[in-house]
Formats: sequence, structure tokens, C-alpha cells
Amino acid sequence: MWEKVKSFASDFFVTGDPLIYGADVSIVLAAISIVFVMTYFKKWGWLWREWLTSVDHKKIGIMYILASFLMLFRGGVDALLMRAQLVVPEMEFLTPDHYNQIFTTHGVIMILFMAMPFMFGLFNVIVPLQIGARDVAFPFLNALSFWLFFSGAMLFNLSFVIGGSPDAGWLAYPPYSGLMHNPGPGQDFYIWGIQISGIGSLMTGINFIVTILKMRAPGMKLMKMPMFPWSVLSSCIAIIFSFPILTATLALLFLDRYAGAHFFTLDGGGNPMMYINLIWMWGHPEVYIIVLPAFGIFSEIVSTFAKKKLFGYKSMVYAMMIISILSFLVWAHHFFTMGSGADVNAFFALTTMLIAIPTGAKVFNWLFTMFRGKITFETPMLWTIGFIPCFVTGGMTGVLLSVAPADFQFHNSYFLVAHFHHVIIGGVVFGYFAGLYYWWPKLFGFKLHERIGKWAFWLWNIGFYLCFMPQYALGLMGMTRRVATYGWDKGWWEMNLVSTIGAGLMGIAFVVQVWQIVYSVKHLRKDRTGDPWNGRTLEWSIPSPAPLYNFATLPQVTAQDEWWEEKLLRDNGQSSSVPPALEPIHMPKNSGIPFVMSMFWFAAGFGFVFQWLWLIIAGLVGVAVCMLVHSFNYDNDYYISVDEIKRTEAAIREVPN
Amino acid sequence: MAEHNGSGHAYHTESHSAAHDNHPDPEELRTFGFWIYLMTDVILFGTLFAAYIVLRGNTNGGPGPEELFQMGGIITSTFILLTSSFTSGLAVLAMHKGNRQALMGWLSVTALLGATFIVLEVREFIHLVHEGATIGTSAFLSAFFTLVGTHGLHVSLGLVWMIALIIQLAKHGITPVTKRKVNVISLFWHFLDVIWIFVFTIVYLMGVS
Repeated sequence: MWEKVKSFASDFFVTGDPLIYGADVSIVLAAISIVFVMTYFKKWGWLWREWLTSVDHKKIGIMYILASFLMLFRGGVDALLMRAQLVVPEMEFLTPDHYNQIFTTHGVIMILFMAMPFMFGLFNVIVPLQIGARDVAFPFLNALSFWLFFSGAMLFNLSFVIGGSPDAGWLAYPPYSGLMHNPGPGQDFYIWGIQISGIGSLMTGINFIVTILKMRAPGMKLMKMPMFPWSVLSSCIAIIFSFPILTATLALLFLDRYAGAHFFTLDGGGNPMMYINLIWMWGHPEVYIIVLPAFGIFSEIVSTFAKKKLFGYKSMVYAMMIISILSFLVWAHHFFTMGSGADVNAFFALTTMLIAIPTGAKVFNWLFTMFRGKITFETPMLWTIGFIPCFVTGGMTGVLLSVAPADFQFHNSYFLVAHFHHVIIGGVVFGYFAGLYYWWPKLFGFKLHERIGKWAFWLWNIGFYLCFMPQYALGLMGMTRRVATYGWDKGWWEMNLVSTIGAGLMGIAFVVQVWQIVYSVKHLRKDRTGDPWNGRTLEWSIPSPAPLYNFATLPQVTAQDEWWEEKLLRDNGQSSSVPPALEPIHMPKNSGIPFVMSMFWFAAGFGFVFQWLWLIIAGLVGVAVCMLVHSFNYDNDYYISVDEIKRTEAAIREVPN
Repeated sequence: MAEHNGSGHAYHTESHSAAHDNHPDPEELRTFGFWIYLMTDVILFGTLFAAYIVLRGNTNGGPGPEELFQMGGIITSTFILLTSSFTSGLAVLAMHKGNRQALMGWLSVTALLGATFIVLEVREFIHLVHEGATIGTSAFLSAFFTLVGTHGLHVSLGLVWMIALIIQLAKHGITPVTKRKVNVISLFWHFLDVIWIFVFTIVYLMGVS
């Protein structure tokens, strides 16, 4: 018996690596201390009622952002481990196997479990407030999306200590990700972690399209909507057309591995290149999905801190929609070297270059918005200004890569690695940081400390350029991506050393940001105005943090920068008359089903990973039961009475200004 | 809004107009959301069709479509599914007339026809497996079983959903909520019918021609 347990455990748990033993110990310690603290302060009920069952978009958004910060930490540690391995030639810090696992998890986590939830978090907390709505269109579904993301992310991360991590790169190209070459459970963790959270992403896409198209405050025509919801709309359109491709593709890979199918295998008539086409039909729109909302965030911030109306509103809208569509027509530029012929490559090279045009239009719009504005340089604006040169240069190296014949040189070199980090960190990460700093006071009712924020900004920026600029050169010198080590004779080590120093600076910058949050909480200076940046859009017209129902009475919108115009009227003493009378507010009830259902998905996913049929069946039956229970529940909404609204509003106003 | 009244139309006055005239009707939102979901499902099936079309020649020396498909059974199940789409339309018409009995009746007929379709499909799959044509035989069969099976899975889930809905109709009658649910499942059912027409054409007819 004991022998059996021992042999099971040695397969089940990842063994033999001191780094992972250290992680095991810290996971167990963290779990014990969380359980202890929660029990000691009797917080379990609070956690369940206020968070786990919440369908409030603001709370769901905060949970998304919290989770994404944890994932940023994990993905960042992966990055630092890789840079440590590459700091000098012939380093023996990580074995090649371990190195493969780390670049795989780094990529998956940063894109799918850091950028996506960070983005969804910002969607959730801001979109309803900006369009004057009380919640998203489908609050229950919204909670379900979050918990599906969460269980997918946990399932994926579990592979670190149980079973072993995936190691086939962030897109898991077959045949290497097939059963023949990759029999371990790591690849199955990859499939199911992404599959489960991907269903959540798809539903979020649907949810926000309906929210934006149908839930805007009265008078807010589409062309009067703030730019961030527009960017969310364009991003969600790309989500609903691309995520089903991901779901199908991963399902096919799963069938190859689990049922012995021959979609992407080398034998049986399978076609591995089909996987690469399919995954990039999702993968390329995916990078636009995450960057478009960042464009929206920059548009909001630029006009707030330049105190000017956004320049070229309509061209911004068209640009984003065009980007959203074009993003589906460029996938093959990820594999010009596949050998599809000059005509195909020419088509995809041209469409890729075309995308630079709407993107360029947007950059000029931001610059013209700043032109002759009274710019102030608070942290959100700093990130925006840092973004522009970074994204422009990163974008231009992208155009270089899009030249198909030249790409045969750049392909899979560090030039490419530098390019996509350049646009994704410089565009997406800077954008979401800008958004987080900008909307933090709306979320929590206080600003983050500015001076520490500036330190973080400069550390991030200097670290960024130090880390990635040398990689362009390294790529041109012949260093290919995913190499675990290199020789002294290559002449690469100086640049790699600089690059690692830059990565370290970004690591320090992250710590500074965490310190900034801790410091700001400790020295909390409550913002009583609800409008600390002198904002322009509706979210700043309500108290911070927003009450449960957001708007006591729904705003009547007449202008594009509604709140700014309203403030101008008020300054001229022409403020709009008495607010309309309060009415009972219709709200969705909290529900535990999204959480429970996602745990069943987690169980089913875990069962699939280890091919435990009983767990698969139990998990899927649990999912079905949850859906039925929800379908049979007709009691899922309630009204907040006028009295209660009055009490809440009075309590907010009571605080002296 | 959980209050039920079997007759269908009387619900309007109370629950929807007064309290939130600024807000769209929640049931209308859900129907709209479902349309968008259907668009995503189109993409999902589109991917599987693409995979099938790419791989259908790759029989790996195993049996091809002409040897495997028995068109008689396929044509029968096609007509059964098309008829079920028609009866689900009749269910919706009965709902608009406020006739709960007829609504539940036609939904039951639809579900029965759907179940027959599934039984036939399972029998076809079992037959194929006995012929030695499994999902692991060749890329063509992998793509075939996946595409047709995914459609069958959709129909099966639709069946469970439809039965749950019949029970809810018995409990609550025709309310705005159940009305939306019937509309949505009927959309889903017609959608699966359209998908099947493509399966029938691309997989079966073009396979044996």
C-alpha cells in the first residue's frame, strides 16, 4: 500500500527540483496562513456573501484585477528566471527542459491569465459607469465568466507542482504538443486551463457587446459614447469571432491526445500546419483584443489631462473598427516561412502593413489632442506619454517583420521577441497601468501615491528599454528565441547581460508598484469629490467608490463629454434643474452558482488531465446540475427601495467635502 | 415577475413598463445576447467544417466516404430533424396564441423527433465503429466524427434544455421569462437545422457523389 502511494505521489507531484520544492513549501504555508487568518477573523461568511457570490460588476472587476496582479507576479518571476539563465553564456541555472517549461508558462500566463483578466477587470469596473448603466447586461453570466477564468488559471498554475508544466511554447505547436512527443500531463493542463477560461472570455465578449449596444444611458447615441467603451466594443467583436476558433482548435488537439484522433499528428493523415493556421486565426486577433482597450484608455486619459476634447473622435472610432476587422486578415504573417508561396505571403504582408495606417491615425490623434492643451503630468498621463514613443517604435519593427522576404531572416529570432514585447508591454501593459492609476480613485475612493508612482514609471521604462533594445540587435546577430543557452564564442553575452539588468529593473519596478499600493492604503487620503482628476465622462459624476446601483437616477446624456459640459454649465450657474425623482432600482440577486459551477469545471478539467473518468463524469454532471438549478430558479432579482437609495445617498453626502 | 398567469398576455402592465422605462426589457436583452452566442457557434462549426474539408481526402489507406456512408439512414434522419424544426415553429405559434397545452405538446413532439435523430446518429456511429472506422483510423474519420458528433452533442444538450423548459412551462405557464426561453430554444433548434443542412451537403452528399 505504502509503496503504491509513494509511486503514485512521485508521478503525481513534480519532484527533484529545489526551486519547485521551495514553491511547494510556500504554497502550503500561504494556504495555511490564509485559512488561519480567515477563520481567526471569522471572514468566511463575508468572503462568500460579498465576493464569491457577488454579481456586482465592480466587485467582479476588482477580483479580475487582483488575480491579474498575482499572475503578473508569477509570469514576471518566470521572466526573471529566463533572464537569469541567459545572463552569461553556458549558464547552468536551469536545465533545458525546465527552461522550455518556463518560457511556455511565461507566455501563456502573461497573455491569457494576466493581460486578459486585467483587461476584463477594467471593462467591468468602468464600462457600465461610463455609459450610465447600473450593471452589465448579464450579471450572472459575468460572475460565471470570472469564475471560469479563475478556475482555468488555477488549473493551469497547478501544473507547476502537480504533474509537470507544459513545455511546447505558448501556442503549443504540434507535432511537439501531440501525444507522441509530449505524453505527460503538462500539455493537458495547458489545454484545459485555457479551454475553461476561454469559455469565460467568450461569454464576457457577448456580455459587453450587449451591454454597450443596449444599456447606454438615455440620450447617449453611439457617437456620443466615450472612447473606452468604443474600444471595448471593437475588442469584444474580435473576441466573439476569434475565441470560438481557439475553443475548436484546442478541442481538436485534445481529441488527438485523448481519443487518438489524427488532426495534427504526423501519422494517420494529420496536418500539423493546420493547427498553426487555426491557432493564429485566433492568436492574431487576440493581440488586438488586448491592445484595443489600451487605445481606449489612452484616449480617455489624454483628453482628461490635456483638458481638451479628444481630437478626431470619429477617426478614432473608424480606426478601431478597421483594426478589429483587419486583425482577422493577417494571421499567416506569423509563419511566412511555412512555404505557402509568394502570392499568399504578399497578401498577408500587405494586410499587415495596412494595419499600421489606422494605428498611425490614432497616434496622431493623441498627439493633436495634447497639442496646445494644458497638460499636467500625473501618473496616468506619464504612462500615456511613455507609451507613444514605445508603441511607435515597436510598431515600426512590426512593419519590418511584415516584409515577407526579410522575415525569413527575422523569423523566430530575438528580433521578433523584442518586437512583440515592445508592443505588448509598451502598448498593453503600459495602457492597463495607465487605466489602473486613472480609475483607481473611482474603484477605491483614494488616489495612489504619486511620487512612488513616478519612481515605478521610470523604473519600468528604463528597465524596459534596457531589456528589449539589445534583443533587437541580438536577433540580427543570429540569436534565436527559446534557446536555453549559448556559447562564449557567439559574442552575445554583453547584450544579454544588459538585457537581464533591464529585466531586473522591471522586477524592481513591480515591487515598487506593490509598495505604492501598500503605502497609499496605509496613508489613505480619502477623495471626497468623486472626481479627483477633473474628468470628462460620466463615471466621475458619481461618488467614489460607486454605490451598489451606480446611478441613483439615470443620467440624461446630451454631449460627448457629458460630465465636463455639465460642470461648465454649473460654473456658469446654468446647472440642469432638479434631479428627477428616485424610483425603486431593479437589481440582480447574488448567486453561488457561478462559483460552484466553475469548481465543477475545474474538477472535470483535472479529470481530463489525468484521464480519471470518474472525476470527469462527476465534474460534468455537476456542471449540468448547476445549469439546471439556475434555469429553474425564477427568483433572481429584487428592488432597492427609494428609502434605501435615499439613505445610501445621504450617507455618501454626509461626509464633509 | 415570477407571478404566473397561464393566459399569456396579461403580464405586460405590471412588471415591465413602470419601474424602468429607461431600461431595455431584460428578456429582450437575453434574446439579443443569444443571437450573438449563435454567431460564435457559427464560427465554431465553421472551424470544424474547415478542418473537415482540409482533411477529408486523408483516409490513410482506410475507408473513404463512399464506402462508409449509408445514405438511406442519413436521409431519414435529415427529414426527422427538418420536421422537428417545423414542429418547434408550431410550438412558437401556439405560444403566441397563448395556448400552453399546444405549446407543451409541440415542444414534446420536437424533443421526441430530436431524440430519434440522436438515436439514429448513435446507431450510425456504432455501425461505423463495427466496420472498423473509428476516430483514430484516419484524419478524415477524425474530422468526420468530430464535426458530426459536435452537432449531435448540440442537439443532445438542446434536448435536455427543452425537457427542462417543458417542466418550467408546466410550473409557470407562459410568462415573459418562459416566453423568451421558448423563443431562444426555437432559435437554437433552427440553427442546428441549418448546420445539419451543411453537414448533409458537405459531408454526406459531396462525400458519396
